[in-house]
Amino acid sequence: METFILQLINGIRTGSIYALIALGYTMVYGIAKMINFAHGDIIMVGAYALYLLWSVAGLPLPLAMLLTVVICAVLGVTIERVAYKPLRKAPSLAVLITAIGMSFLLQALSLLLFGATPIKSQNIVQLKGFQIGSITVPGLPVLTLAVTVVCMVSLTLFINKTKAGRAMRAVSEDKQAASLMGINVNRTISLTFAIGSALAAVAGILYLSQYKSLTPTMGALPGIKAFVAAVFGGIGSIPGAMLGGILLGIIEVMAKAYINSALADAIVFGVLVIVLLVKPSGLLGKNRIEKV
Amino acid sequence: MKKMKKTVCLGLVAAMAVSAFAGCGKKTDDTVYKIGGIGPLTGSAADYGISVKQGAEIAIEEINEAGGIKVGDKTLKIEMKFEDDEASAELATTAYNAVMDWGAQAILGNVTSGACLAVNPLSNKDGILQLTPSGSAAGCTEYDNGFRLCFTDPLQGQLMADYAKEHGYNKIAVIYNNSDDYSFGIKDAFKARVVENGGEIVAEEAFVTDATDFTAQLTNIKSTDAQVIFVPAYYNDAAYIISQAIELGMNLPYLGCDGWDGVLAQLKDNPNAADGSVFLSPFVATIEDEKVQSFVKKYQEKYNSSPSQFAADGYDCIYVFKAAVEKAGSVANADVIAAMVGLEFEGLTGSATFDAKGEPNKGAKFIEIKDASYVVQE
Repeated sequence: METFILQLINGIRTGSIYALIALGYTMVYGIAKMINFAHGDIIMVGAYALYLLWSVAGLPLPLAMLLTVVICAVLGVTIERVAYKPLRKAPSLAVLITAIGMSFLLQALSLLLFGATPIKSQNIVQLKGFQIGSITVPGLPVLTLAVTVVCMVSLTLFINKTKAGRAMRAVSEDKQAASLMGINVNRTISLTFAIGSALAAVAGILYLSQYKSLTPTMGALPGIKAFVAAVFGGIGSIPGAMLGGILLGIIEVMAKAYINSALADAIVFGVLVIVLLVKPSGLLGKNRIEKV
Repeated sequence: MKKMKKTVCLGLVAAMAVSAFAGCGKKTDDTVYKIGGIGPLTGSAADYGISVKQGAEIAIEEINEAGGIKVGDKTLKIEMKFEDDEASAELATTAYNAVMDWGAQAILGNVTSGACLAVNPLSNKDGILQLTPSGSAAGCTEYDNGFRLCFTDPLQGQLMADYAKEHGYNKIAVIYNNSDDYSFGIKDAFKARVVENGGEIVAEEAFVTDATDFTAQLTNIKSTDAQVIFVPAYYNDAAYIISQAIELGMNLPYLGCDGWDGVLAQLKDNPNAADGSVFLSPFVATIEDEKVQSFVKKYQEKYNSSPSQFAADGYDCIYVFKAAVEKAGSVANADVIAAMVGLEFEGLTGSATFDAKGEPNKGAKFIEIKDASYVVQE
């Protein structure tokens, strides 16, 4: 039983990072209707930015974190302006390929700048775990989970309650109609990318705190897993991304723990296939009929 | 528009024709010996390829400064062209063709096993010597022209299993990368030998390349009565495993393989975390040895980083080429390949005698981590 609870904590630890990344994926998809494959690599940029600002340049940690978020937001907006905006009327396949290209571009640039040798980072957040009975609950996963929940709730509130949020929903519904209603579509999409990338920066900071190592490809695998989590929870749905991320983490860890660690990924993706067969729009996704 | 297309087509045809003949008319220069290096310079294994290339460059500089390779009454300078294969079998073929077009007379590479296996049949067909610094898969020396400088994967597994037995470790947990031939090969041989030696594998946990979270596997191991954890993987994975085990309150010692070289640099916050662990490595930069230290000094001056075992492998390979050509007394491919068999060589990574199978027959060096530094076990 103790091992089971420990494994559950491990699952939440992995899952809450997936969830945080999935939030950004799902938000961009929900509003701009594109899958931003470079999202995972923005996490990598965030982690390197924090490392450079804090460990190398010696800025105070809160300031370094704030700047990291700003840098990623600006990067996200820039990528959208340069690479995706000119393709807004192009077939969605072209945008998808561009996004994959962007992902490789960011990885290659980082490889060029920092080399392939993993860079070790200092401890960023020192958190004491706490005891429940005989089980030690580590502090960092709890913090990650808390940050993810806060991000999810504020994102939901932002989209449902504010004017900018309403504009986002309108753009997601119908770009042309939205612009006829006086909504600045370009600005709204830029804002979406800024928020999505800022979330990626937060994920990058927490990821670095957890695993303390930097490589140019560090964003790729979590990015893919988070994308799967977003689809699993229902892409476009914000609570769905959260649920999908946490569930994915728990399934992955439980598969490693109780079935076979060599088959863990096969099991995770097997579950995904089954879920999508039963509920093609994902766990919390809306089943909307596309109008032609 | 149509006209433009035509012009472009013509241009392309012309370019093709020129490049098709570019290879012709090139005479072999008898004052240089050309070595074609192939390895990953970008991608996730870039670290290894870059290290081999830089190590080799230092050896080339040394040899050229000292005159060059002596063949009969001539001395040849060494030139190297190093092509990127991104550790992929497909790109390795392209890289091989590129160095051959350039006129390579011997192949240094490939750095990774998978890419090496793709190039072996090609170099065999061309009848040219191929020496891999670090391709440890059994098949890398299958052809007569293929030699290697490093240990094979199975041999490493067996040596570590015997080490475990000698040191009284009977209950062993294993964490290995099941998407990597290297890790898998060592694990299989290790497991077989441990069982043969009367030991027991109490847990066998897998992970995939680029994984960063090992807590699930470690929690499983924690619930067993393992005395030691065997981690046949690269240093980055090993560092994650060691630091996450500590977070989980585990303090078992580890056994590792030659991919562990560099692990201490990744354990900066908790340098003593790996104390008591032992791995097998042909080269460690901190060892007090005149030759090693002179190499380390040159490497640090030139590249501003500490050389890894791959750098030492690259360095040694160049000297092996030199020794083989000098022994053959000729640069003819067949002579050089024949000279490799039985060649005795003493380098940074130990002393080797190459046999007809292409294996280096090297002695094993066990490295213990003590007080956060590497110590060679006698």
